[in-house]
Amino acid sequence: MALLDIENLHIEFSSRHGNVVAIQDVSLSLEAGEILGVVGESGAGKSTIGNAVIGLLEPPGKMTQGTVLLNGERIDQLPPQAFRKVRGKRIGMIFQDPLTSLDPLQTVGDQLTESMQVHLHINQHEARERAAALLNSVGIEQAELRLDQYPHQFSGGMRQRVVIALALCCEPEVIIADEPTTALDVSIQAQILDLLRALCKEKQVGMIIITHDMGVIAEITDRVAVLYRGKLVEEGPTRQVLGSPKHLYTKSLISAVPRSDIKLRRFPMVTYIEGVQKNTKEDNLATATRWMGQQRNFGGKSDKPLVQVSKLGMRFILRNSFLKRNRISLDAVKDVTFSIKEGEVFGLVGESGSGKSTIARLIAGLYQASHGSVHFNNVNVTQLDDKKMLNSFRRQIQMVFQDPFSSLNPRMRILDIVAEPIRFHKLASTEALTRKIVSGLLDYVGLGDQALARFPHEFSGGQRQRICIARALATRPRFLICDEPTSALDVSIQAQILNLLKDLQESLGLTILFISHDLPVIRQMCDRVGVMRHGELLEVAETETLFSDPRHDYTKHLLSLMPGLDFLSQEGLEVEDAVLREAG
Amino acid sequence: MTQNVLSRAYNSDIFYSFSRSPTAIISAIVALLIGLGALFAPLVSPHNPFDLATLDLLDANIPPAWSVNGDPRFLLGTDDQGRDMLSAILYGSRISLLVGLASVMFSLVVGVSLGLISGYAGGRIDSVIMRVADVQLSFPAILIALLVDGIARGLLPRDSHDSLSLYVLIFAIGISGWVQYARTVRGATMVERNKEYVQAARLIGMRPFTILRRHILPNVLGPVLVIATIHLAVAIITEATLSFLGVGIPPTTPSLGTLIRIGNSYLFSGDWWISIFPGIALVLLALSVNLLGDWLRDALNPKLR
Repeated sequence: MALLDIENLHIEFSSRHGNVVAIQDVSLSLEAGEILGVVGESGAGKSTIGNAVIGLLEPPGKMTQGTVLLNGERIDQLPPQAFRKVRGKRIGMIFQDPLTSLDPLQTVGDQLTESMQVHLHINQHEARERAAALLNSVGIEQAELRLDQYPHQFSGGMRQRVVIALALCCEPEVIIADEPTTALDVSIQAQILDLLRALCKEKQVGMIIITHDMGVIAEITDRVAVLYRGKLVEEGPTRQVLGSPKHLYTKSLISAVPRSDIKLRRFPMVTYIEGVQKNTKEDNLATATRWMGQQRNFGGKSDKPLVQVSKLGMRFILRNSFLKRNRISLDAVKDVTFSIKEGEVFGLVGESGSGKSTIARLIAGLYQASHGSVHFNNVNVTQLDDKKMLNSFRRQIQMVFQDPFSSLNPRMRILDIVAEPIRFHKLASTEALTRKIVSGLLDYVGLGDQALARFPHEFSGGQRQRICIARALATRPRFLICDEPTSALDVSIQAQILNLLKDLQESLGLTILFISHDLPVIRQMCDRVGVMRHGELLEVAETETLFSDPRHDYTKHLLSLMPGLDFLSQEGLEVEDAVLREAG
Repeated sequence: MTQNVLSRAYNSDIFYSFSRSPTAIISAIVALLIGLGALFAPLVSPHNPFDLATLDLLDANIPPAWSVNGDPRFLLGTDDQGRDMLSAILYGSRISLLVGLASVMFSLVVGVSLGLISGYAGGRIDSVIMRVADVQLSFPAILIALLVDGIARGLLPRDSHDSLSLYVLIFAIGISGWVQYARTVRGATMVERNKEYVQAARLIGMRPFTILRRHILPNVLGPVLVIATIHLAVAIITEATLSFLGVGIPPTTPSLGTLIRIGNSYLFSGDWWISIFPGIALVLLALSVNLLGDWLRDALNPKLR
């Protein structure tokens, strides 16, 4: 008998448009001390399973079939009061965002002791002692002192440790962790995963980790279950499933994961994912006859720098005050100098708060630099005030943003969104021509003509990102800034978008500044990479050199944190370059 | 195209929520009836209360038709000058609605523009506009309206008072209500301003004014619609209050508030109908518009759905 048994789970969501089956016939089991990964893309129903197990399924969601057994005891039909004794006490939970899962008005100690007193019936003093011991065991030093602090006095990673302590405090048999590291930086992610694994083995707790991240799965789980649209498509030991996947969906999912050890020319065409109108590739590349391909005499790689950033600095004023000495400011970018050659893809990598997005916005002219200069094609654009020059500069630089949900105006039709730059810069003489160009652009990024009259909310994240790319291309730019263009997307969609960007770069000779926190993605996309930390540029190197022979300690550290994906199946991959990293 | 718009409206969540809410349906019907009655007052009302030739002082103070001394010609009775109450109410709600709608429009235009500027520009401009708003908020709206009304009356020549009183009233009520719009729009603008589609627009070199008009304005109008509906009820009541106090619409072209004031002096002599019927009309109008506003607020709030 397994510790947790989920059998034939069916979950439906009813709405006035009819019933939606969210989970269909899913059976899973979990042993003590085992870590089971549930992986799938957004909308696959991963979190719904987790919520069903802990009885927190929000209406209109309903379990229509199936049983959940905890230690042989059926828990899915318990009345709410009885379920409260199970939740927290026998099943612990860890949520994604440590910012919102702690009560900001209570000390960490109070939150820990409260649930222990409720569930374990021990007195205040004992509870406090145990809380201190718990904090110690999740790696928080000076636990006695920290107990009396409030959540805001902890950093993000520390807070997630507290959340873990909270999940552990009543010695549950099962822990359900829903995307426990998604909101954290890579270096903290690695620590938290290590901690979870160690605790699991030590306390013989069964853990279900719900995630979209293959890296997390590869790093920590013993077994993995792959979900696709509410169905379980494959389940088995992690190494086996990832190393030699059986189901077509698992195969395409794994082929879409960016690797740090090999560089692919292109991601294999990922089947099994949302419909993209697939053009024939020949047609795709015949850009010379298209609007975008015309009037460009700057294609091709050369050693001439297109963008030169020198001594660039940016200071944000966090608290303004009349007196200068009372102002609090933050140097988001400190004296950064680098240059981007014509036709290359330059990557910037760093953790959150390292200033990479600020640099992008400084180059694009969205922020005014505090000091330093940006030269574009040998013109200092930080001091441009001639309107004509400024507009021609703006036409040549475009940006693709991170969040596909906020980067399109929800009240405008796709035609108007993509046509806006064309109309604004008066690039087309007639409205009919504008329409033709827009339709060509949408076709180019893999969307059909019927998209023209629709509104953004009718599209998925990946499709929206395609629309953003179409809009960015509408001015026929020479230089494209991509600020984390795929970090909000599922892996398979990410693979498609990265393919699209690669194609564009090749056929149009675009120069690209590619910003990401994700080293494997950088590896796939970039020719040269700059590593940033706390607003400083630490190292710039050719991508291959950076991955095989990093100079700076921080780069080495970042590389060492990448989850080992070398046992992943390489079926169907077109490897361009492989550099073996030394193990460790 | 029209068909398309109609079917989209029919399938929308708003319509669904509307068809499920009896309160909303009833108040919509009541508001619509009063609105239509007011709009087509010359066609539907039995008499023309402004036509002095048809008025007869002998008909003054006749009680409603169903009471002992009632006259079947005057369903709801007559006032002190022999005007038919029903007709006076229909014409009166016409003026009340006109003042209400116009002053809401005025508030909306002023408030939304200032809110947009304040939220988008930030810094000093924002501080100045918001401090003015704070100062104004520390007075009751009715007091501001009274103040503006009083100043306007003092400045304007005496003989133009009656002809201009409608515009003065619209201005006074309008200026007393812009703050709410400005605050709401400012908040929404500050959120929208940082969204990436606005940055994309800045990137192609659009000027702030164009960005505000084309991109931000359509996205902040949702809450404005709700405020405007609720504000309409407030504006109608404010108009009635001012008219009741005698600083609003003159008795020659009475609004609901003026009618209630006229009737007020006859209440103790037993002629209750002169102020009660306009009062009921006012309550029905304000209540139905208010309920509609409440429903709209809930329907547009995804958290309450």
